[in-house]
Amino acid sequence: MKFIFTRYAPLILFAALLALFGWRAPRFLSGANFLNILIQSASVAIVATGMTFVLLTAGIDLSVGSVMFIAAALAGKLVLSGQPLWLACAAIVLTGIACGALNALFITRWRIVPFIVTLATLYAGRGFGLWLTETRALNLPESILRIGTARVAGLPFPVLMLVIIVVLAHFTLTRTSFGRQIYATGNDAETARKAGINVVRVQFAVYVISGLCAALGGLVAVAQLGAVSPTFGNQREFAAIAAAVLGGASLFGGRGHVLPGTFIGALLIQTVESGLVMMNADPYLYPLVMSAIIFVAVWLDSVRREQWQRGQLRRIRPAT
Amino acid sequence: MNHLLECSQLEKGFSGVAVLRGVSLSLSAGKVLGLVGENGAGKSTLMNLLGGVLQPDGGAMRLADEAYAPKSPAEATRCGVAFVHQELNLFSNLSIAENLFVPAFPKNAFGFIDRAAMRRRATELLQAVELEVAPDRLLESLAPGERQLVEIAKALGQNARLMILDEPTSSLTSRESERLFALIERLRAQGLGMIYISHVLSDVLRLCDDIVVLRDGAIAGSGARAEFTTERLITLMVGRELQQLYPIRKQAPRDETVLQVESLSQPGVIESISFNLQRGEVLGLAGLMGAGRTELARILFGLDSFATGSLTLNGESIGALAPRERVQRGLAFLTEDRRAEGLLMDATIADNAALVALPQFARNALIESERLAAAVSAMTNSVQVRGATSNAQAVRKLSGGNQQKVVLAKWLLQKPSVFILDEPTRGVDVGARAEIYRIINELAESGAGVLMISSELEELIGMCDRMLVLRRGELTASFARAEFDREQILRAALG
Repeated sequence: MKFIFTRYAPLILFAALLALFGWRAPRFLSGANFLNILIQSASVAIVATGMTFVLLTAGIDLSVGSVMFIAAALAGKLVLSGQPLWLACAAIVLTGIACGALNALFITRWRIVPFIVTLATLYAGRGFGLWLTETRALNLPESILRIGTARVAGLPFPVLMLVIIVVLAHFTLTRTSFGRQIYATGNDAETARKAGINVVRVQFAVYVISGLCAALGGLVAVAQLGAVSPTFGNQREFAAIAAAVLGGASLFGGRGHVLPGTFIGALLIQTVESGLVMMNADPYLYPLVMSAIIFVAVWLDSVRREQWQRGQLRRIRPAT
Repeated sequence: MNHLLECSQLEKGFSGVAVLRGVSLSLSAGKVLGLVGENGAGKSTLMNLLGGVLQPDGGAMRLADEAYAPKSPAEATRCGVAFVHQELNLFSNLSIAENLFVPAFPKNAFGFIDRAAMRRRATELLQAVELEVAPDRLLESLAPGERQLVEIAKALGQNARLMILDEPTSSLTSRESERLFALIERLRAQGLGMIYISHVLSDVLRLCDDIVVLRDGAIAGSGARAEFTTERLITLMVGRELQQLYPIRKQAPRDETVLQVESLSQPGVIESISFNLQRGEVLGLAGLMGAGRTELARILFGLDSFATGSLTLNGESIGALAPRERVQRGLAFLTEDRRAEGLLMDATIADNAALVALPQFARNALIESERLAAAVSAMTNSVQVRGATSNAQAVRKLSGGNQQKVVLAKWLLQKPSVFILDEPTRGVDVGARAEIYRIINELAESGAGVLMISSELEELIGMCDRMLVLRRGELTASFARAEFDREQILRAALG
């Protein structure tokens, strides 16, 4: 019973929230609103997808919010100076890869704990972005907003990006050698090394993927907002981690999935935000609710791990 | 006749201590070679050489008449040498099929994992080891015995020519073991060469064609199975003179119980453990690796819980107390892994030594540093920590023996009435050993009870007033000092 609860808790929570919001604000349960939630959750869901890769190896990437900021700021500067859009998009992709590679380099080469490395790049990245933008909001031309509202094959651009990235990530994790090596590494890095897996390469790659996803999440967000403020992407790392953990990823590594897991987690978080807005809840309540969600996510992870570990205790004598 | 594997004059040492001294052995295809020896005889090191985890300092190996010098585990695997370890190298979060192929999964034309092919091949391999489970199930859903079969199936999938089984039955039920033995017979008939390492001598005598006995890193005896009996194997394994390393205690144990353990049980770990520890007594706890000695010590200290039974320290029931509260009541525990659990490696000698007794040196929440420093330096002098110019030096720089003395100092400052020592001389050189033995004796003479866990029988025989033997989580024998007999103790441990 307890097991079933911890396993499906996010879904139960999701259903309960839908019921609550639907009761307090009937508008909430409309199709248009759901599409809205999907569009608005795209940015965090994309960042959380990259985060899932890192969490699977028992690592963490706190720098994603700052990477979103740098990537968006660089792209904004390029667009404002009259460069073509495709160049700005390429800059976003390259920035994400470069930031991820920088994290990966410190973590794999100099063996510094991921938490510390990415905490440092969180601050350094924010500082660099502020210097780049001179701590002013960049208001971008209409052409950027048009990307955000464009539809391809009937799908809004943010949703299209989200679908492509989530599906690609899901297949990478479940159907490729690399993906399964990520799981193996997260289960036990030493055993993985003995099994002939290039653990360093796997760890390097997940941080690059996380950086890239963060930058793409930044692109989606900037296309929706049309501006890059000094707080762009601020604290998004927490939303991303919460989304992944709510979706079943373990902070201890080896457990988690993008579909449905992280995707549902991100939707859940966005649902709460939208629901609170529609209920006209006190804005001071938002951080409290957000913190409760993060708390629940991490608590669930600990309970799940404890249950799992109890099943793994070394047996000295056959259980009678 | 050509041999599948030939080792000649293998040598290996660690920081000047020879662990393997001129070991030579050979194995033919379709044969099983039994390898036995006490804990620390050098079996693991020998296997690490074969598996490419370590490289020999001297000597050579040949595999199927070709020079064999693996630089890594991956290279050993490529050469067809497969391991089935006591601690399985499997991933509990992957499926059975994935575990069979990791890291080289079968791929389709698009570079994705070819799940159909993987499932087909996995089914074949599982059939070869007669394990009838769906290959898509997660590994963690399997029992230990089944996981062992998965590991063997994996080795077969890597086209192993030589398979090394290291204590494969240690976590198996007897039925699971029988199943494993039948599989070993079949693989032998198919021409696979195997090295079978085990403490269960009856299994070794039953399964193996040839047997090699290792003692102190050298071969103490080898030959065909017919040349050996259990008695002879045990004699060969232990046959060493007791060194005059152990100082004599001036006082006999007092007739006063300090720690009382009554029918302590924890399902799957220990079963009905009962014993008393007297003041001034050094009580030995012997047993094989994995017999549950450390687990028992952790339960006594409160790190792990127990289901039923009672624990009494100085007349007070402590079973429900946290480790910290047990420490306050006079319990001390020196762990088997001093680097990871016993010491803060980069902290100073003084800080490490002060760790446990710190609250005694605080007044109004502030530490009285002078009184503490005086007590610490008196204690480190008394245990004779050497190799440091001052107590401000990091313990990482000390030798293993001196690090252990710092751990002892840390606990002795607390004046424990019961001290549990788990492998107190592991990785400690002979000189420091004698000093650690002296410290233990002084502690016992002062009226404390000492529970000493060791894998070295010699040490327990030299130090203890009484010895308990643990096997598979149960106490199987108790010997008074006058009755100490290596063969009988070993027999009680082996079962």
